Amino acid sequence: MSLREAFRVAIKALVGNRLRSALTTLGVLIGVLSVVLLVAIGQGAREEITGAIEGLGSNLLFVLPGDGDFGSAPTRSQFTIEDVEAIDRDLPGASNRVAGSVVGGEPLQADGQRIATTINGVTASYLGVVTRDVARGQPFGESDVATSRRVALLGASVAEELFPGTDPIGRTVTIGSIRFRVVGVMERVGGAAFGPDRDREVYIPVTAAQRLFATGRIDAIFVRATSTETVGEDRATVERVLEQRLVSDEFSVLSQDDIIGVVGDILQILTLVLAAIAGISLLVGGVGVSNIMLVSVSERTREIGLRKALGARTRDITRQFLLEAMVLTALGGTIGLLGGIGLAQVVAEFLPIPARVTTWSVLLALGVSIGVGLVFGVLPARRAGRLDPVAALRHD
Amino acid sequence: MSATAPVPTLLEAIDVTRTYTLGRDVQVPALRGVTFRVDHGDSVAIIGSSGSGKSTLLNLLGALDRPTTGEVLYDGRDVQDRSDAELAQLRNQRIGFVFQSFHLLPRLTAVDNVVLPLVYRPGSARDRRERAIAALESVGLGDRLDHRPTELSGGQQQRVAMARALVTEPALILADEPTGNLDTTTGDEIMSLLEQLHQERGTALVVITHEAEIAERADRRIELRDGVIVGGDLDMVEAGST
Ligand SMILES: Nc1ncnc2c1ncn2[C@@H]1O[C@H](COP(=O)(O)OP(=O)(O)O)[C@@H](O)[C@H]1O
Ligand SMILES: [Mg+2]
Repeated sequence: MSLREAFRVAIKALVGNRLRSALTTLGVLIGVLSVVLLVAIGQGAREEITGAIEGLGSNLLFVLPGDGDFGSAPTRSQFTIEDVEAIDRDLPGASNRVAGSVVGGEPLQADGQRIATTINGVTASYLGVVTRDVARGQPFGESDVATSRRVALLGASVAEELFPGTDPIGRTVTIGSIRFRVVGVMERVGGAAFGPDRDREVYIPVTAAQRLFATGRIDAIFVRATSTETVGEDRATVERVLEQRLVSDEFSVLSQDDIIGVVGDILQILTLVLAAIAGISLLVGGVGVSNIMLVSVSERTREIGLRKALGARTRDITRQFLLEAMVLTALGGTIGLLGGIGLAQVVAEFLPIPARVTTWSVLLALGVSIGVGLVFGVLPARRAGRLDPVAALRHD
Repeated sequence: MSATAPVPTLLEAIDVTRTYTLGRDVQVPALRGVTFRVDHGDSVAIIGSSGSGKSTLLNLLGALDRPTTGEVLYDGRDVQDRSDAELAQLRNQRIGFVFQSFHLLPRLTAVDNVVLPLVYRPGSARDRRERAIAALESVGLGDRLDHRPTELSGGQQQRVAMARALVTEPALILADEPTGNLDTTTGDEIMSLLEQLHQERGTALVVITHEAEIAERADRRIELRDGVIVGGDLDMVEAGST
């Protein structure tokens, strides 16, 4: 039997059992759809997050406690404000290229409201180093930091929630049990589906924050190089200074590329895990195909016997059933693929989760679905092909 | 009949046995040494009570099954020396089957049922269809081409099955109780059609039947009992004798 003829027979058999074919296809369809969709979401998240990191600028260096391996347990910070000042002294060129921050999660109260925010104790240089802008009011300066003044800059969302419709500047907020005067509101950053929401942060002088959190340490140091070319020089300076000053050498200096590399790797693994989970549903769909093909073979035993009596060879029969299974899964794969792409657009449109359909997930889904048809169709097809014609004709 | 000129032998069964194995060790000897010959253009009736081994013998003659011992020679070559694929080709090219229960595919129209054996040989779809239509016309069903089996009477269904058997222009038609599911009148029509085919095209015919009347109409008869030939026109039992 020619391949074309076998194809015709397969289509005819599938159409003859429309509902069953549709339901079997559905299993594969859902599997492929979830592979495409979940990979799209994983990929979208990866692009969003690396994009956010890139937004910080390629000149920024992050100095963090620990050996920089994201997998290891967090190390307690050894950094102090004096370290920031020491780095600042040794860096060439203009000062104010170094900033430090200490972070805490105290709730914020005002006007009887209480909301959760991230409290960022920062040096006066911080906003310049990480390139954030104040929308209204004034940032605090060196003298405010030196005197631990209790002043605060509110993130855009924080300001809106606590003081809807009114000017927060000059008003008082309570952090822990200490009262701070609002001196400014930050420019809105927006758009973060993953990671900390920058618009829910509050900035206070690092000295005031250390008092609030009862610590002498700071959590992270930021350095802005004057250009991309001098990032390496600055990194060397930072490492030299800190190695002299710190007892333990438990710190790491990371550039934007380093972070994108590490975070990107983690998210890539996440994407693969998602794909694997979705792959399981594809596998289940494949088992469904196998199952229904076995039923079909047993139902059509007499047909198989007849075809053999009329001259069909074992391999004609095997091919016919294999083709049937593959048509089923390829159909499910194609519809699932289109559905997955469509759903990814919907998700991107209505949820704060970006979704990005990649070529490899498309090819993978299609290839795998046809492969599933092949693998899960082989057993029923071979069983069909091996039927003894006499026994098959007597079957009822 | 005893003075006919020698005709080429189509197939020979030589001391054929067929033992079915049921479960682990129950042996059912369905045929116990049958020697038998069919010449080109022959017509043979096989008679015998139910369970005597008629169908078993027919399956062996039709290369649907292999003997336990003995030889079944087609064109002088034993089926045991041929692969399954070669036997499939032999069935497709040399043999037409007509079954008691018709064995039409219910989803297919009459034409598509008749086309079925042709899809296992090379040729264009259009050519196949034309041949199928011609075959259906020759059995008087030219006006039922697109009917499905359920839309046809039993006699008509058996005619479709006959068209399917003759569309490949086989050398031999094997019919296992072709009238068994039909009333007497319709059965007679089917038998007449088979005889007409045999006479007009010279197709050899082997028919299993219960009915003595039908058996009488064949050139030769053999009777089976308990898997051995016990009677009939024994001249053809021993290969080569006249
Ligand atoms: N597939 C089989 N397995 C076991 N026994 C069988 C099988 N086919 C036929 N037989 C047995 O072989 C004997 C001959 O059967 P069969 O050739 O069908 O007889 P007939 O066609 O003359 O009625 C019977 O006893 C039957 O029960
Ligand atoms: Mg029988």
